[in-house]
Amino acid sequence: MGAPVVTQDAPALPPPRLKGRGTPLRERFFRLGLWASLAVGVVFLAGLLLYVVVEAWPRLDSRIWSNFPDIIDPTNAGAQSAIMGTLWVIAFTAVYCLPTGILAAIYLEEYADPDRWWNKVIEINIQNLAAVPSIVYGILGLGVISRGLGFGQTVLTASLTLSLLVLPIVIIASREAIRAVPQSIRQASLALGATQWQTIWRQVLPAAVPGMATGSILALSRAIGEAAPLLLLGGLTFITFNPTGIQSEFTVLPIQIFNWISQSRAEFVALASAAIVILLVILLAMNSLAIWLRNRYARRW
Amino acid sequence: MNTSTALRRARTPLALTAALLLAATACGGEDAGGGGGGGGKGGDLKGNIRIDGSSTVAPLSSAAAQLFQAENSGVKVTVGTSGTGGGFEKFCAGETDISDASRPIKDEEKTACEGKKIAYEEFQVANDGLSVVVSKDNDWAECLTVDQLKKIWEPKSKVNNWNQVDPEFPDEKLELFGPGTDSGTFEYFTEAINGEDGASRTDYSPSEDDNVIIQGVSGSKGGLGYFGLSYYEENKDKLKVVKVDAGDGCVEPTTETVQDGSYKPLSRPLFIYPSAKALDRAEVEAFVEFYVEKHAEIAEKALFVPLNTEQETALKSALDKLRAQHTS
Repeated sequence: MGAPVVTQDAPALPPPRLKGRGTPLRERFFRLGLWASLAVGVVFLAGLLLYVVVEAWPRLDSRIWSNFPDIIDPTNAGAQSAIMGTLWVIAFTAVYCLPTGILAAIYLEEYADPDRWWNKVIEINIQNLAAVPSIVYGILGLGVISRGLGFGQTVLTASLTLSLLVLPIVIIASREAIRAVPQSIRQASLALGATQWQTIWRQVLPAAVPGMATGSILALSRAIGEAAPLLLLGGLTFITFNPTGIQSEFTVLPIQIFNWISQSRAEFVALASAAIVILLVILLAMNSLAIWLRNRYARRW
Repeated sequence: MNTSTALRRARTPLALTAALLLAATACGGEDAGGGGGGGGKGGDLKGNIRIDGSSTVAPLSSAAAQLFQAENSGVKVTVGTSGTGGGFEKFCAGETDISDASRPIKDEEKTACEGKKIAYEEFQVANDGLSVVVSKDNDWAECLTVDQLKKIWEPKSKVNNWNQVDPEFPDEKLELFGPGTDSGTFEYFTEAINGEDGASRTDYSPSEDDNVIIQGVSGSKGGLGYFGLSYYEENKDKLKVVKVDAGDGCVEPTTETVQDGSYKPLSRPLFIYPSAKALDRAEVEAFVEFYVEKHAEIAEKALFVPLNTEQETALKSALDKLRAQHTS
């Protein structure tokens, strides 16, 4: 007879104390831990930004974007070819990887039967590709794209290589965005007589655009900071002209920064910091665009 | 809600179309790209010159490129830093016109070049010296023998105190700094001191950035490091250079001792390897001639040790040999 009484008593226990009679010590520690973890990230980022801006201050003027590299006179040196190279490479990376990535994500989410073994293989493959070190993509780009396809050391090769590098991230982000569209929307569309194509094109894709855009821009932000694969592809360290097409030779900001930092003269180190600031400005601009897109188009279901 | 859905409906296909259009115009742009730059002052030469190779020699070739472009604004010279080996690989595949090298070409690289029928000539264009440096507070190490350096730097070396290098040295912890294992300087130092390219102890603080080495060595009393002589000369006030004894007495690294090679074994020549076939193009020929003629100015601007008279004569005759290879 005793046992049932105990189970009936259970709900009658006082509810867990969330408030009142002061905050328990344990909870205070927990909250302190949360703040400390947050502080680690914020403090380091702020420190880094501050350090770079202070180092770059003497060189943070129009010379950095209006002049070309100058190995002889650091005061005359700038990073125009690297800034333009970065913009060219990243623009074409977007052109190649966004349509491919988004279409692949649509197939995997909307058409692929997850029980088929080949779809599982594809899925595992994509997840593994996202973890491959970037230098490996550089080797692939050099061997297959630059030499195999004969594209040479050009903007085209660089953007194709970076596209491969960020493609898995674009696919994964786009899939998340498509998955976030409630099933009821699809069912409603289909119930009204729309075909699968019409459902995807008119309902799923528009609803998923903010998520896909955010994920894609963050993926491109990763590509913009890559130096290793491009160094291997033959990204140049001294180039005094801007790209004029996808067949042009190029350099990008991370390579230019890497090159300047390894120079012995202190002026070049300041110049490298200035170039880092420019790179950060481009990155922050892209990330702000991502946040703006998300806020502008996001829908709650 | 209705209007925004309609908006979204319109926007997505538009964005996709725009992306496709961009891709299409990009492909069309291929032919237009790569044309000559604007005319500008002096010289009516046009075209591209590709240089790649050693990151040690890159500042030299970049300086040459810059001075040359100031006179010939129609020529686009680019310099890459794939390393001496990587540079030769591209050179012997016919992808570059000139290869920068901090060592003479190896036999297997020669074979690769012969396979592709790429003829070249070796041009010594400057001298490079490595300096072994210690802290300003170090008042005991004036001169180190090659054997002592080897004892410190050889693979699996257990030396971690100055009194293990020489019993007369004080009991001071030895802290080692050096370039990363990818650099030409590391390759060169290990070959010259330890007798094998790449053979080095690994428990030192490596950095690709010579400024970090300078900071490390100057900041610790028992510090020791090595890097290019020009880096030492720029930071003379922070560091003390060590004389090196290769069996013929202690020699301090200076312009003269590096030029005549008496600062052994840490001085070396720097080379460029122009391809004979590339001389077909007037702009490459003009550039190589310019490099040879202005070698002293270029070396000085790039902070290397210029050639002495003997080396200068050799450089001029190398140019003649390259021309002969080209015409034959």
